[in-house]
Amino acid sequence: MSLVFLIFLPILAALLIPLLFKKLSRIHTGWFVLIVPVILFIYYASYLPQTMEGGTFTSEFQWIPSLDIAFIAYLDGLSLLFSLLITGIGSLVVLYSTFYLDKNREQLHNFYVYLLIFMTAMLGVVQSDHMITLYLFWELTSISSFLLIGYWYTRDRSRFGALKSMMITVFGGLMMLGGFVLLSIMGNTYSIRELIAQAPDLVQHEFFIWALVLILLGAFTKSAQFPFYIWLPDAMEAPTPVSAYLHSATMVKAGLYLVARFTPIFAASGLWVWLVTGVGLFTMIWASVFALKQKDLKGILAFSTVSQLGLIMSLLGASAMGFHVEDAANTVFKYAAFAAIFHLVNHAVFKGSLFMVAGIVDHETGTRDIRKLGGLMSLMPISFTIAMIGSLSMAGIPLFGGFLSKETFLTAMLAITEFEPFSMDVWGFLFPVIAWVGSVFTFIYSLYFVLHTFTGKHKPEELPKQAHEAPIGMLIPPAILAMLVIAIFFIPNVVGDWIVKPAVLAIQPFLYTSPEQVDVHVSAWHGFNTELFMTLGIFAVGGLLFWLLRKWQPVYDKLPETYSLNSLYDFMMYLSDSGAKRFSALYMTGFIRSYLAYMFGFFILIMLTTLYLVDAFVFDTTNLAPVGTYEIFIAIALVAATITTIAAKSRLTAIVALGAVGYSVALFFVIFRAPDLALTQLVIETISVALFLLAFYHLPINSKKEERISFKVGNAAIALGVGVTMTLVALSAHSQKLLPSISEYYKETVYSEAGGGNIVNVILVDYRGFDTLFEIAVLGIAGIGIITMIKLRLSKKEGHHENK
Amino acid sequence: MEIIMSVVIGFLFMAAVYLMLSKSLIRIIIGTGLLSHGAHLLLLTMGGLGGMAPPVVADGVSVADYADPLPQALILTAIVISFAVTSFFLVLAYRAYQELGTDNMNLMRGTEDYE
Repeated sequence: MSLVFLIFLPILAALLIPLLFKKLSRIHTGWFVLIVPVILFIYYASYLPQTMEGGTFTSEFQWIPSLDIAFIAYLDGLSLLFSLLITGIGSLVVLYSTFYLDKNREQLHNFYVYLLIFMTAMLGVVQSDHMITLYLFWELTSISSFLLIGYWYTRDRSRFGALKSMMITVFGGLMMLGGFVLLSIMGNTYSIRELIAQAPDLVQHEFFIWALVLILLGAFTKSAQFPFYIWLPDAMEAPTPVSAYLHSATMVKAGLYLVARFTPIFAASGLWVWLVTGVGLFTMIWASVFALKQKDLKGILAFSTVSQLGLIMSLLGASAMGFHVEDAANTVFKYAAFAAIFHLVNHAVFKGSLFMVAGIVDHETGTRDIRKLGGLMSLMPISFTIAMIGSLSMAGIPLFGGFLSKETFLTAMLAITEFEPFSMDVWGFLFPVIAWVGSVFTFIYSLYFVLHTFTGKHKPEELPKQAHEAPIGMLIPPAILAMLVIAIFFIPNVVGDWIVKPAVLAIQPFLYTSPEQVDVHVSAWHGFNTELFMTLGIFAVGGLLFWLLRKWQPVYDKLPETYSLNSLYDFMMYLSDSGAKRFSALYMTGFIRSYLAYMFGFFILIMLTTLYLVDAFVFDTTNLAPVGTYEIFIAIALVAATITTIAAKSRLTAIVALGAVGYSVALFFVIFRAPDLALTQLVIETISVALFLLAFYHLPINSKKEERISFKVGNAAIALGVGVTMTLVALSAHSQKLLPSISEYYKETVYSEAGGGNIVNVILVDYRGFDTLFEIAVLGIAGIGIITMIKLRLSKKEGHHENK
Repeated sequence: MEIIMSVVIGFLFMAAVYLMLSKSLIRIIIGTGLLSHGAHLLLLTMGGLGGMAPPVVADGVSVADYADPLPQALILTAIVISFAVTSFFLVLAYRAYQELGTDNMNLMRGTEDYE
């Protein structure tokens, strides 16, 4: 079966969903949907033995061959790991949602269609080898996530959260597209594999840093890194299965996938190492500190997701450092990429189960507010057990998978202190310190989440519902995940060999050529070393701080809300919305005078600047016609008539003066030997003046009070500018004739070719008859227009027209 | 002569723009009238004003002496078109007076958003 086809399987299945929802409404639609991810999971799992040995698979489907765009599914260790996460957790989430969502009250056909679109999009992101289709699927994840967050679209908070996540992730997506385009220009290919092969040449290219920064922006926005994490807590308005699936296990890891996938290309750059490691660690500590501020169960989990994503991101940065270290495959540096992927798997597993538990608590008690919850342990024992397993794994306590990945994380961070390039020897000691502090807070919020929900005093009077254990079907998916959490602790090397090492090969092809070479062995007991003492310190300090939590947690409420990143986002949205409106209201005055002033102003500006810049003003007195007496008199008459037009007190005078200007122009035509023009000008000026008088006669009474046109300095300046510009342009145009006139041809052939004597008339009807045809059309259209305006009087309906 | 004509044309443009920037609708249309006069004279001047004879074939006139016929043909077309447009505008203005009861452009602003 073609791998490309499998990517599209969920979206094709989505076509059937509305039909199944309508026709078989007695059965919950989720049961039909469940088939798709289960089949895909089993199929992808069958590839495991081959990728374990370093095998890769490709499958291609041409889309736009002329532009070299194709759907290329490329399956290696990294893609397979993500594909298994997507389909595996996808199956569990669909199962969970069949119990979570009510089949009679919810619009299930919408929900499952969006979910299946998302599944296709995620599979496309992790399997695409072609950057353009990778981008296509990337945006499809943004869109389907937007639809899922806004699933309960009648709630304001849902719509706000959906819009916010859309704005931020699409911003990052567009930046990423820019990076992809730059990369494709640099490498002259869209294929990521071919780009990796060219990596040593690409480093030298001038676009390299730009592509790096733009692609990182895409990864950071999607994976909710600082300062772009703000959309993730607001995305918690989505139904809990969506939060569990998209916002913990899959979509937020698309950015991590991107960083991992592009590490072989960008690892050579120090900026990449610094940015990925630094931003990752900062995000980790920031989000872990603020997780304790949250009062909402899903809010705590959202911040913990951000924090854990930062942790994995920093490990990916450390794995890129391996490129710069001599013989990195044999030093402690080899742990970074392994730890990143191992923790990614662990996180997907325990965070999925924790979200499901949060959903169960919400479903069975009616609230997610941690201040109202407490003492649910005896009422909901199974949920408590699952939550305990997930939380302790998140905290990094032995017997759970999280402990092992936390140990390898500390190992990798300690390795950085020995790293010398890019002045890491100066600042390197900070990395394990930050990692340690972040881990302490992680430990505290993990306990805060589980203990404040399930232990303590039960407050039944504050709960909207009578709390009781969830139905068994809802408990199965988180229970499976919880069992996996424990299983990973006991068989870490199986997971490592089967899943993690092939993925490490894809991240660090510069170190290894086959998965067997990744010489990492994880064990629960690894002797008395620094990591172990750091872990013990985490437990001790974390335990102490958790015990004192009530004393210092109120500090968070004293933090000013005004300086938070959320208010910065709100302010930016406000600025772009009302700021743009104010800005356009500033110049869109609605007065025709303003618009004409802009046009004339820019006309002057552009013409004079151009004249100056290209040094076009030339004044040449040769080739001038002699000045005659009559011309001077007519010119004076014309200027006098023009002044009268402007200065006239009454409009009647202005109209008559305009007539005088027209007749002076006709006289000019006579003097300059243009008899046809003179005739036409005389007739038309007469009719025009008659028309002006007609319009004048119909002036409404209330504005008949004549007033002199008032002198305005601004208007006069613009008018003077236009006049001067036109004179300068006319003078310099006349002074530089580049080519001889083609009129010689008309003069010579007017009789022999066209059989006429009046050259102007022959040009009009013979040489250039088309002009005349359409000029007749213009006149005809004007006539029809005038008749229509006068005859057609559609009655105004009161209150129907918007404009007054 | 062309220099004097250039100045006159510049003056016509200046007057036209000044009138177009005023409030009264009819003054704006007068301004467009002046603007087309300026444009027509500009066309004629740029063709050169040196022709000794009108562009009509006559005995005893050499080809070089005719005034340039091409700008004249262009102007003739332009005059008719500007006449058509001006008359359309005038009727439009007349109808606007009838319907809106004003000829003040400042009172003819679009929607209430501007208030």
